[in-house]
Amino acid sequence: MRLGLVVDLDKCVGCNACAIACKQWNTSGTSGSLTDYRPYGPDPSGVFFNRIRHYETGTYPENKTVHFPMSCMHCEEAACVTVCPTGASYKREEDGIVLVDPEKCMGCNYCAWACPYGARELDREEGIMKKCTLCVDRIYDENLPKEERKPACVMTCPTTARYFGDFDDPNSEVSLASKKREGQELFPELGYKPVNQYLSPRKKVETKQHETKEPSLVKQVKDWVNQVVEL
Amino acid sequence: MHPAFSVIFFTVTSGAGYGLIALLGLFQFLHFGIFLDKNTFFISALIAFLLFTMGLISSTFHLANPKNAWRAFMRFRTSWLAREGLLAILFYPFLFLYLYLTYIDYQIANFILMQTYSFAIFIFAIVIIYCTGMIYACLKTIPQWNTLWTPVNYISIGVFLGSLIFFFILDFFNYEVDPYKFYLLLAIAFAFFMKLIYYFRIREPRHNIGQATNAAIKLKDTNVRLLDVGHTGSTFLTDEFGYKVASRKLLKIKLFAIISGFFIPFLLVYIHSFIYENLIFCLTAIFLAFIGMVAERWLFFAQAKHVVNLYHGSQNV
Repeated sequence: MRLGLVVDLDKCVGCNACAIACKQWNTSGTSGSLTDYRPYGPDPSGVFFNRIRHYETGTYPENKTVHFPMSCMHCEEAACVTVCPTGASYKREEDGIVLVDPEKCMGCNYCAWACPYGARELDREEGIMKKCTLCVDRIYDENLPKEERKPACVMTCPTTARYFGDFDDPNSEVSLASKKREGQELFPELGYKPVNQYLSPRKKVETKQHETKEPSLVKQVKDWVNQVVEL
Repeated sequence: MHPAFSVIFFTVTSGAGYGLIALLGLFQFLHFGIFLDKNTFFISALIAFLLFTMGLISSTFHLANPKNAWRAFMRFRTSWLAREGLLAILFYPFLFLYLYLTYIDYQIANFILMQTYSFAIFIFAIVIIYCTGMIYACLKTIPQWNTLWTPVNYISIGVFLGSLIFFFILDFFNYEVDPYKFYLLLAIAFAFFMKLIYYFRIREPRHNIGQATNAAIKLKDTNVRLLDVGHTGSTFLTDEFGYKVASRKLLKIKLFAIISGFFIPFLLVYIHSFIYENLIFCLTAIFLAFIGMVAERWLFFAQAKHVVNLYHGSQNV
């Protein structure tokens, strides 16, 4: 199995609901808590597994805003696992989920240095590296109804911009979506083979701009005369 | 990258320590183990031991969860950090046995073995510095580090600092040091030119925001820029990787590192033999070289730009 997410950038409206749902579920989950620092202070900060950036592309009037959620890509060539000296970071054989064993992590930050996607954040209170677990404590939970065995971010997305499934299964939702819309990997140049994919936004319909012609000399003189007379 | 002082201190002092012990091994090898008297030999080894041990201890200060630090040797098959840690630990018994054999004059009993041992100490210490450099050089996410020149710099600077200290020790114990002056000057010049090549190599950014986002956004030939990063405060990522420093300040520190770290020590060593009572020259050279190399290592971190900055507003790294 190769579990992962597909994010449809065409549907995403950048509402941050996935980040909040993630925080809500995972702060009491197996990798919890997602500590907040100074939550009511002047400079609040804290741990998140999922962050949404907002980009603008093109030049006016052909510009477009793209909302861009980013979490762990559960890379096939996960550099964070390769560099981890303690063996705390590992990639599960059975489903490809990349996890951190909090019992082994020494908080050296080396995995965060190796990750190009900013998927790992150190919990400064606990001194342990935290990251997206793909809601491993949810997707296998047999006490949940079958349709709810999905990551919290996928469950909550109000525009259904997020899909979850097994990329090795050609008939899974993610494989079909990826095939139909040419799913793209993020930063492929680095060669980490991220599992998560993005569906690119459709091309915007070109906006026609009507240029106003410069008035003739006679018209300009008339306008000027009219202005003077009106004074 | 955020320049953590504990890591700067670790790389500079452990580099100097391993550089010194490597030179000691090489020196013993080249002089068939009979040139140095035991005092000089053991004091050199002690200084090297103190330097790399202090460095290794300081490297644990930046850990957020140091109680698990003992696990850091587990994944030596893939992780350069684990390799460095493991070799650094294995080096201790290897060195202690060597010191013991030297103490009992074992080269009289088995000359070939001691020659091999001396040379092995040299190689072992250099390999450890190489591993330290590779901790940084293996990261594809930080283009300014991801180059062969990083471990080359680490080794050449370690050998340079080590040779400076060794030169001082030899001088202190009234050895004839003039024959070694040339090699020391060569070590300083070599370290300097390797650093210059490194600075030349990292002058251009390697990745841009287009590479980081275009694959997904896929609207080619458009200039992508960050509208909003999505969080109002700082995060672990912005604190750790978003370290920014004015280019004028960078230039000043670079000049300081080059002048204090390479030029003045070079001059002091060069005029060393023309002047009576010259130990103070050596000591000043060591002091300035260390300060200069700390500045150089600070730059190594401050100038390094992690690709995650492309998702936080940088147009290129």
